[in-house]
Amino acid sequence: MNHYDSVDFSSLLALAQDEVVTHSYVSDVTLTSGKVLALVTLDNDLDYKRPNTLGPKSLLELDEVLKNQAGRAARGEIHAVGVTGKQFILAAGADLSRVREISSVELAQQMSQLGHRALGRLSKLGVPSFAFVNGLALGGGLEVALNATYRTVDTSAAALALPEVFLGLIPGWGGATILPRLIGLPKAISVVIENPLRNNKTMSAHDALKLGIVDVAFGPARFLEQSLEWADAVLTGQLRVRRNSPSALSRVFTWPVIARVARKAIASKIGEVPLSPYAALRTMTAAARGSIDDGFLREDAELARLISGDQFQASMYAFSLVQKHAKKPTGAPDKKLAQPVTKVGIIGAGLMARQFALLFLRRLRVPVVLTDIDQSRLDEAVTYIHRELEKLSGKGRISRDELNRLSALVSGTTDIAQFADADWIIEAVFEELKVKQDVFARVESVASPDAVFATNTSSLSVAEIGQKLRKPERLVGFHFFNPVAVMPLIEVVNAPRTSDVALATAMDIASKLKKTAVITSDSPGFVVNRLLAMLLGEAMHAVDEGTDFEVVDHALDAFGLPMSAFELLDLVGLKVGAHVLDTHHAAFPDRFFDSPNLHALAAENVLLIKDRNGKKRGFDPRAREIVSGGKNRQTGDQLLERVQVGLAREIQLMLDEKVVHSVEDIDLCMIMGAGWPFQMGGITPYLDRVGASLKANNKNFHNPPIRGVS
Amino acid sequence: MLLGNRVVFVDGVRTPFGRAGEKGAYWQTRADDLVVKAIQGLLARHSNLDPALIDEVAIAAASQTGDQGIVLGRTASILAGLPLTVPGYAIDRWCAGAMTAVTTIAGGIAAGGYDLALAGGVEHMGHHPIGSGFDPNPRFVSEKLVDPGALNMGETAERLHDRFPRLTKERADAFAVRSQEKVASAYAAGQIQADLVPVAYKAAEGWSQLSTDEHPRPGTTMEALRDLKTPFRPHGRVTAGNASPLTDGATISMLASEERARELDLPAKMRMVSFAFAGVEPEVMGIGPIPSTEKALKRAGLSLSDIGLIEINEAFAVQVLSFVDHFELDDEDPRINVYGGAIALGHPLASSGVRLMIQLARQFEERPDIRYGITTMCVGLGQGATVIWENPHWSAK
Repeated sequence: MNHYDSVDFSSLLALAQDEVVTHSYVSDVTLTSGKVLALVTLDNDLDYKRPNTLGPKSLLELDEVLKNQAGRAARGEIHAVGVTGKQFILAAGADLSRVREISSVELAQQMSQLGHRALGRLSKLGVPSFAFVNGLALGGGLEVALNATYRTVDTSAAALALPEVFLGLIPGWGGATILPRLIGLPKAISVVIENPLRNNKTMSAHDALKLGIVDVAFGPARFLEQSLEWADAVLTGQLRVRRNSPSALSRVFTWPVIARVARKAIASKIGEVPLSPYAALRTMTAAARGSIDDGFLREDAELARLISGDQFQASMYAFSLVQKHAKKPTGAPDKKLAQPVTKVGIIGAGLMARQFALLFLRRLRVPVVLTDIDQSRLDEAVTYIHRELEKLSGKGRISRDELNRLSALVSGTTDIAQFADADWIIEAVFEELKVKQDVFARVESVASPDAVFATNTSSLSVAEIGQKLRKPERLVGFHFFNPVAVMPLIEVVNAPRTSDVALATAMDIASKLKKTAVITSDSPGFVVNRLLAMLLGEAMHAVDEGTDFEVVDHALDAFGLPMSAFELLDLVGLKVGAHVLDTHHAAFPDRFFDSPNLHALAAENVLLIKDRNGKKRGFDPRAREIVSGGKNRQTGDQLLERVQVGLAREIQLMLDEKVVHSVEDIDLCMIMGAGWPFQMGGITPYLDRVGASLKANNKNFHNPPIRGVS
Repeated sequence: MLLGNRVVFVDGVRTPFGRAGEKGAYWQTRADDLVVKAIQGLLARHSNLDPALIDEVAIAAASQTGDQGIVLGRTASILAGLPLTVPGYAIDRWCAGAMTAVTTIAGGIAAGGYDLALAGGVEHMGHHPIGSGFDPNPRFVSEKLVDPGALNMGETAERLHDRFPRLTKERADAFAVRSQEKVASAYAAGQIQADLVPVAYKAAEGWSQLSTDEHPRPGTTMEALRDLKTPFRPHGRVTAGNASPLTDGATISMLASEERARELDLPAKMRMVSFAFAGVEPEVMGIGPIPSTEKALKRAGLSLSDIGLIEINEAFAVQVLSFVDHFELDDEDPRINVYGGAIALGHPLASSGVRLMIQLARQFEERPDIRYGITTMCVGLGQGATVIWENPHWSAK
């Protein structure tokens, strides 16, 4: 018996009426030794596109099945229990499809308790349990395995991970307790906290084996057969499983210190706003002492708090944006209109042009021609691209054959006639209207009549750039974020005259480049730069008016952004920053600030004092000198509210002006283009929950607001 | 006698044979995966062998489409994780596919083309029912080259009863009962399981594992067989009880030159003496083993009295009995199918030849008093195949 048996789960079950149930099928396998292993297969009876998930009904079925096996074990009918999944998938974790309907802390806690009740049985069967991790095992799926006595893994398993922290949770079905005791706290921190924070990195079977999460790995062709053979050897005592788990003594003595160091490292990376990493660290560290069951109780308490809180709801919203909304861009024309692209022309030979060339080569694998007025610059660019490709080959990212193929596809020429058969021509020249207008007009004289033109402008009007074109409808905005290879967002700018063909082609290319595309109108700053300009403009304005750098820099700590305002300015460059503020001020003088001080700082190129690793240590005294003299200081709280309300007001205006089609597009842009955190849900769930939306617009962006039950 | 390098049968294994069709264990398992599991199971028994030394992989299937298509020997090798340097091909002589894979590879070894190779076969009769995809040339009928019934194996068995009235249904049923008994006692003695590679399979009840053959019906009696339907003719003689059932399964063997086997410290379970194939009238394909055995004996300079063990495929009891009568043996000759045969175990067409060899090899080990044995089988459209083997454990007494 376990203490979860007395919990009444009926209200939780009521939420699960339409759950896609993962069944627990049982079949007895007689092993070579004659011992009988009851093999449980988790299977929702759907194909691999709908992985097994564990909702309340699924968990209760598993619970019942395992309870029966415990009875059979007691009667001596079976000698072991195995758990495996349907083809390619053990389980992708808890079924989170209805978590927005969790209406109380108690119900939130039950999600944790039910998991413990079912999965916890794997260690209380009276006979050993074996998890045969035959494929994808995420979150609760991997926790099924962790609760078992022994684990084997298929070397071809797509991914193993405990991504809960990424979503604002902790692995609370035993993961946060069992894992550190199994592999030690430092490794558990890397799996439970660091991986989720590194773009939700997952583990391979090999990684899991090396970390000691699984006992042994077998190839896919006979994974289950070899696992059963191995289980038999363990059961008969022919084989002793050796593990490197920390002793109770070492846990108690070393973990508090390890946890303190880890806490500092996490705080310096992501600040202290997100709750889940610290909850995970706290729970794992506490597992140093006491029983596994004690740990389960701690997990219950933490999960109840997190599931019912604001950050998790915002994270779920953000996750769904990234997973689902991003794949169905709103306002996109019929995909069939997209023109095939068999050759790419790039105007320019600078850093941006080279980055474009590399990306287009790797993703489209078609000829890429760069053009510039200076052949030696072009030669340099092609040499640079060749070298970058060789680096990729050296790292094993592309094969030797692929290297040869891609290297042969890129060329640089001053002869613009080479663009005659390019279907997609993108410019990466100096951000000046006349330069862009002229270069496109010149290219149009040789380009094929159907070629689509794209501009990477971040601050100019796409319509104006196209003014000198005979066919301005062929021009579309295609705004990358730096670094091009890494940042996942492209703002595709649908200018008033942009044709559906050009727009569809741009969307098609963005998807082939494996980028998330959001369609925006042809308006200053599009989405990301407009909101960043609002934030930076307010920050610089506060400085201009005499507020200390430190006060301004910490005023927005409550957001939990990846970097502070001045770190961001430092990253994009003070000159560029000043230019961005100027353009937005020029477009919207009543709402956006420009900053004379920022120009002065840019002229001297002073702002931060940084250490050897480029980390901010403070502000340059010369910078303080330059900005001194303001007489209208703000407090941090005043600035925070100004920024919150300013953002809320601006976003509402953007929606009214139809810069994008929906508020979801805005949040998606801020997550993908600016790295704004899941716990804010991008930005609007946060603005709703702090009351800024009401103050600015007399209404919330989301109804009901995306927040916890508190 | 085989000329050139001496060829040995190093080892062989097979998957447990499953019932063909939706109720069978392998309904959701691919045919090529059965081959892969057999190959891996065989190599696991010789873990010191560097798989890069395998010179060839020949895999037979009667129906080479779908999950038995795309050059099985090559695809199965890649899927089994053999080095990409190991070549492979597919081969077909219908029921004698695996046997032909063995003789063709043996010929290659004898001629010095290979030192070490794999040969086997597969038939997933659930996924590939006999006759699916057939498109016989109309000349067979218009020119009366072959009776249309020749493509129906049950009908050819009935024809054997017609041709040899001494071959009665009672004799066939009695032979079938004994086949079931022999399989049951071989299982009880662990003589069959020892060469099986268990196969995990997915069914409605989730994953499970097959580690014994699905077909055998121990305790089958004459009475139980007497009233079975005769599906091929009204009041016929051939029934589901005295014929081999439809089956899914794969077999694999390792062959080597005697010299290479010794160098690599591999066992030599059998030594190949000779082989032969022969054609007969397609309408009575079941008598095929008679001429092929005579031919193989002649090439070996032996007579049937020199043969101590006979592994003959039991496509139909009547067809084995035609062989028995021809060579004037007793229906209960103790040399024939000591562990029982296909009537009880099943006959996954192109894979069965190597099953015969696996069983003969194990009997050789148990019987150092015996020097020679044969493996033989009939083939649809009128052929017979025979391989004669020498027992390396023979004590020369």
